[in-house]
Amino acid sequence: MSLRATGALRRRQHTERAARIILSAAALLSVVTTILIVFSLLEPTVEFFQVVSFQEFFTTKKWAPLFKPARFGVWPIVTGTLWVTAIAIVIALPTGLGAAFYLSEYARPRVRKVIKPILELLAGVPTIVFGFFALTFVNPELVKRFWPVGNVGAYSALGAGIMTGVMILPIVASLSEDAMSAVPQGLRQGALALGSSKREVCTKVVFPAALSGIVAATVLAVSRAIGETMIAVLASGQRPELSNNPGLGMQTMTGFIGSAGSGDVATGTIGYKTIFAVGTFLFVITFILNLLSIRIVRRFRQVYE
Amino acid sequence: MNTDLLDAEPTSAAADVSLAANVAPLRRARDVLFRLFLYSTIAVALGILMTVLIRTWLDGSDKLSLDMVLHKQPSERPARAGIESGVYGTLWVTGFCALLTLPLGIATAVYLEEFAHKTRWYNRLIEVNIQNLAAVPSIVYGILGLAFIARGPLGWGPTVATAGLILALVVLPTVIIASREAIRAVPSSLSAGSLALGATRWQTVRKQVLPAAAPGIATGSILAISRAIGETAPLLLIGGLTFISKNPSSLDDRYTTVPLLIYSYAVSSKAELREVAAAAIIVLMIVLLLLNGTAILIRNRYQRRW
Repeated sequence: MSLRATGALRRRQHTERAARIILSAAALLSVVTTILIVFSLLEPTVEFFQVVSFQEFFTTKKWAPLFKPARFGVWPIVTGTLWVTAIAIVIALPTGLGAAFYLSEYARPRVRKVIKPILELLAGVPTIVFGFFALTFVNPELVKRFWPVGNVGAYSALGAGIMTGVMILPIVASLSEDAMSAVPQGLRQGALALGSSKREVCTKVVFPAALSGIVAATVLAVSRAIGETMIAVLASGQRPELSNNPGLGMQTMTGFIGSAGSGDVATGTIGYKTIFAVGTFLFVITFILNLLSIRIVRRFRQVYE
Repeated sequence: MNTDLLDAEPTSAAADVSLAANVAPLRRARDVLFRLFLYSTIAVALGILMTVLIRTWLDGSDKLSLDMVLHKQPSERPARAGIESGVYGTLWVTGFCALLTLPLGIATAVYLEEFAHKTRWYNRLIEVNIQNLAAVPSIVYGILGLAFIARGPLGWGPTVATAGLILALVVLPTVIIASREAIRAVPSSLSAGSLALGATRWQTVRKQVLPAAAPGIATGSILAISRAIGETAPLLLIGGLTFISKNPSSLDDRYTTVPLLIYSYAVSSKAELREVAAAAIIVLMIVLLLLNGTAILIRNRYQRRW
């Protein structure tokens, strides 16, 4: 007996195979994107380091790649990035965690239903808007007026850091809240039955149980803050300044890429390659942070039955 | 019955009470303080959002007019400055971006959820890779665009097509992740039933899974597109930052977008041009609030509990 496929069945098999091929090709494209990113960064970066030594890049302290004589000590823009990121985390971590505790443990369902979408709206505000706000409000009205140290001008790492903190706040809040909501109800009820107050349930039961998720959320938020460009370009200024006063303007790594890249830098010049070298550095840092965040979630996640 | 125990209890209970009397007020004070702290964090978050919106409105509402949005081109002269070419540029760039990213993202999500064997190494690679891509700073995509698309191998120049393609890559992980969640939320009994009746995988996906996941996919897609509309950083690197005073009419034309114009006006030294930037932000925020609102509405209305 022969089991030959009839016309309709064969057509169906063809469609099935075509669908599978097209869909997997689409999935493969994301891998291609990564490869393209790595390649586009790699070649100019290698060429850059043939001209500039690792030693000069990582240990000297003057950054002026587009001037003559050009200087390639990356530390000033790294410190700029560190300041902005640190300030952002100081703002976003307590506020975001507090909001997460409130939404997950305290808010009644009806209140939650109103406040959560508003936080989502905050997450949807483009960073150019925060950058503009930092430049026209936070810097002149707050930093310039209240920051006690140094001669504060139009730009400051502090203003940029504050608004970057606002930008990452919804990330910290919503990812932490997800982690807290995943803590089983039984743990809370047990603690309450033993006479704990709601605060004690939060700080001594829910917080430790959700810690891996909260740490992962923080790491992800840090990587977002490091990579944020528009707020840094607009509010943190373009002077690569190695300073320990955040009230002053400081160029960040993204700020450098944004401002150097928006000018018309000729392909192949050392200035052009510098953009890629800093880009590679940035990519590597955020890549490591992301892997770390994924790993933390996998390794330390409590599995509750 | 042990009467000793009964006798003993009141005394120890009394001791407990006196101890509790010392501890309780402090503990209650901490409870109250903690609650106040939580309220204040919410107040801060909402307060900042309100301040940003109100302040921008105060700065920009004077300059805001239909003329400025639709009939005035970018200009250094405050009285003539508008965002017309930016509005059309944003429509072109985002349109092209959506055309590329939505089919690709949804197809990837369908593959990963319905076709891929989760244990195979290449499928795990794709998955980890997407998670990583989602967290790559958008400016790095700009570098990719500069090296490969605007200049380099493709050499498309600073055009609508370049910008649309780069933004498509920036938001692709968002589309994939949201679509996957929507597909995963469809109960497996639905597709199991369809398969049991003799339908193929693809027929099951097309007739059962995708229709059931459509609201979730729509929500994610709208959020991704609204992100693309506001995205600025990668476009800085692919030549979006020149005053273009001509509306694009094809993919090969030069472009500018509303966020890029906001940037140009914001860094201007003239206070009046900054007001134009604020007015442009109002336009941008209204569009984004409408899109986000629609997304939330779709989610709340069509979300089915299985």
